[in-house]
Amino acid sequence: MHSFWIIFKQAFMMKARTKSFIITTIIVAAAFFLLANLPNIIESFGDDEEGQVLHVIDESGELVPQLQAQLEQSQSDIQAMPTEMSEEELQQGITEGTIESYLVIEEGDTLSARYVSESANEMGAGSDVENAVQAIQTAQTAERLGLSGTEVGELFMPAEFEREAVSDSSKTEEELSQARGLVYVLILLIYVAVIYYPNMIAMEVANEKSSRVMEILISSVSPVKHMFAKIAGIGTLGIVQMMIFGIAGYFAFKTSGSDMAEGFFSVMGFSEIKVSTFLFAVLFFLLGYFLYAVLAALLGSLVSRTEDVQQLMLPMMFLIIISSFIAFSGIGMPEANYVTVSSFIPFFAPLVMFLRVGMLDIPLWEPLLSIAIMLLTIGVLGWFGARVYRGGVLMYGSSQSLKDIGKAIRLGNKK
Amino acid sequence: MALSVEHATKKFGDFTAVDNLSLSVEEGQMHGFLGANGAGKTTTFRMILGLLDPTHGKVSWNGKPITYESSPFIGYLPEERGLYPKMKVEDQLIYLAQLRKMSKEDAKKETAAWLERFEVPHYAGKKVEELSKGNQQKIQLIASLVHKPSLIILDEPFSGLDPVNVGMLKSAILDVQKQGATIVFSSHRMDHVEELCDDMSILDHGKVVVSGSIREVKRNFGKQNVRLKMDKELTALSQLPGVEKYTGTIDGAVLQITDESTAELILAEAMKLGQLRHFSIEEPSLEEIFIAKVGKAYA
Repeated sequence: MHSFWIIFKQAFMMKARTKSFIITTIIVAAAFFLLANLPNIIESFGDDEEGQVLHVIDESGELVPQLQAQLEQSQSDIQAMPTEMSEEELQQGITEGTIESYLVIEEGDTLSARYVSESANEMGAGSDVENAVQAIQTAQTAERLGLSGTEVGELFMPAEFEREAVSDSSKTEEELSQARGLVYVLILLIYVAVIYYPNMIAMEVANEKSSRVMEILISSVSPVKHMFAKIAGIGTLGIVQMMIFGIAGYFAFKTSGSDMAEGFFSVMGFSEIKVSTFLFAVLFFLLGYFLYAVLAALLGSLVSRTEDVQQLMLPMMFLIIISSFIAFSGIGMPEANYVTVSSFIPFFAPLVMFLRVGMLDIPLWEPLLSIAIMLLTIGVLGWFGARVYRGGVLMYGSSQSLKDIGKAIRLGNKK
Repeated sequence: MALSVEHATKKFGDFTAVDNLSLSVEEGQMHGFLGANGAGKTTTFRMILGLLDPTHGKVSWNGKPITYESSPFIGYLPEERGLYPKMKVEDQLIYLAQLRKMSKEDAKKETAAWLERFEVPHYAGKKVEELSKGNQQKIQLIASLVHKPSLIILDEPFSGLDPVNVGMLKSAILDVQKQGATIVFSSHRMDHVEELCDDMSILDHGKVVVSGSIREVKRNFGKQNVRLKMDKELTALSQLPGVEKYTGTIDGAVLQITDESTAELILAEAMKLGQLRHFSIEEPSLEEIFIAKVGKAYA
């Protein structure tokens, strides 16, 4: 056990002290603070734009004051101004940049208006004007029909509409949208973690092989112990890093005190944090990590040069990416068949079963079964990986394909 | 018998890397291992260390099989040097010693003492990649000795070193041997084997072709060299009965013989040719034995 801890500590400290690790941690933590304070920052940098001037060609001459009134009511800072210029002149003005936009408005049976600005994607101003024109038309129509203000109000009264789900496993709509945000963030974290840390392992193993220190290491301690100590060391490092991110994120949003932070917390479901969701997140993170870390160590032990690691890791990457597709698409429809099925497939389970646990009220035996399947897979893979690793670390050569697994097992074989 | 390898065979698929190899090294002795590239030296070492299991046969150390339990007593210098390039020398040596179950305090003390002995204490805080190849090799050797092992396997310990450093490493290895360690080492320098070893083996295609104490090996080779120095044409001597091989030198010739009586004949014949400046009967060099046994020069 003694040497296990020494390797464990070494794997942890060596990575924790690297510049790349420290810088990544700082950047991500800083990004949280930046994100949390984004509204404040935007506010302080934002140009306090004086109201945009909207030139209006209005032949009746009556519509401009109404338009202005409507715009003011909707708290838009657009200034509607009647103009004597012709449309050509106005268009010229827009091209030259002397005017921002103009509106041609005509009264017929209904109002017809044309809003012209430099680019059509100026959503804000355009829709403000559209709403204002619409409001004028509504008012005019109401007047013509002899409706009172309250009658108009009644006309536009929204219907009461609530969604309720019959299925036992589904949560209420409100619960769902809260859970969705949280689950989304946590799936993203697990996804990043099962890519990032197992990659670290594969690189470490390949590094030790290419620098040939491996032979000394495995003549001192058994390759199996070495492999698992390393996986545990880097895993702990991963937990520590995730915790730093979590704490940084929490404090970032707590201290920023912006409206957005509050909004963010409630939308993300953090205001009613479900402890079980977090516990499952940690659990599935660990299981996912171990599953992929063992696979990565196995693959890393097959290459002789660190350059070849990525190539051999590709199939594993595909597994993770496919499982992320299932998980992210499943956020919208967590009860879909393919989601249910893949939540019991070991390589997809860490992301997909977590999604189901987070989004649905499924019976406890389902996640437990999935966890058992994963544990079994980790066990089998660990046993298999240890055999490959034992031979793989002694194998040097130019070839680096999955076919080498067989060679590695033969080399490490007892008989 | 301290280290004993009995009829060890290692096959990789159809390829037999080591074939029925037996070897025994007494405690406190130094055993030299010679063999061409691919002769099976490294595979033999890996079997001794337990990194590979023999297909047949067994390896034992003081009567017990070598497992990771024996790790604290074993030191290993692999042929392919390997250290963490980005780790500091001192940290690295302490870490490797700790893996061999030495306490951190002892490891620290021993590391300092060894760095001092190899005249590189100022490298303690440097990264390995910053060191020259020769100095890296010193660190590598320290890594195999620092935990005071009683069985030391050194694969080509002197390759790539200048004569001063070779001398320094040699004396260190001899000191460790004096303290009771059993050492097996391979080298491609026959003179190092001749100088350091009590016993030796020559390996060819996985088989031991010669084994025993150096004196024995030379005697059993059954051939001796007669060296002559005289300023006359000596090729005629090659025709004498009993002369196996004739090699002309700048100032005379070397004749290989199997029977000492042939030497007398050569002496008599040479004296007839003229003034003889030098006549000697020499033991064969290991190099000659090696070439004769393996059939090619050691690369």
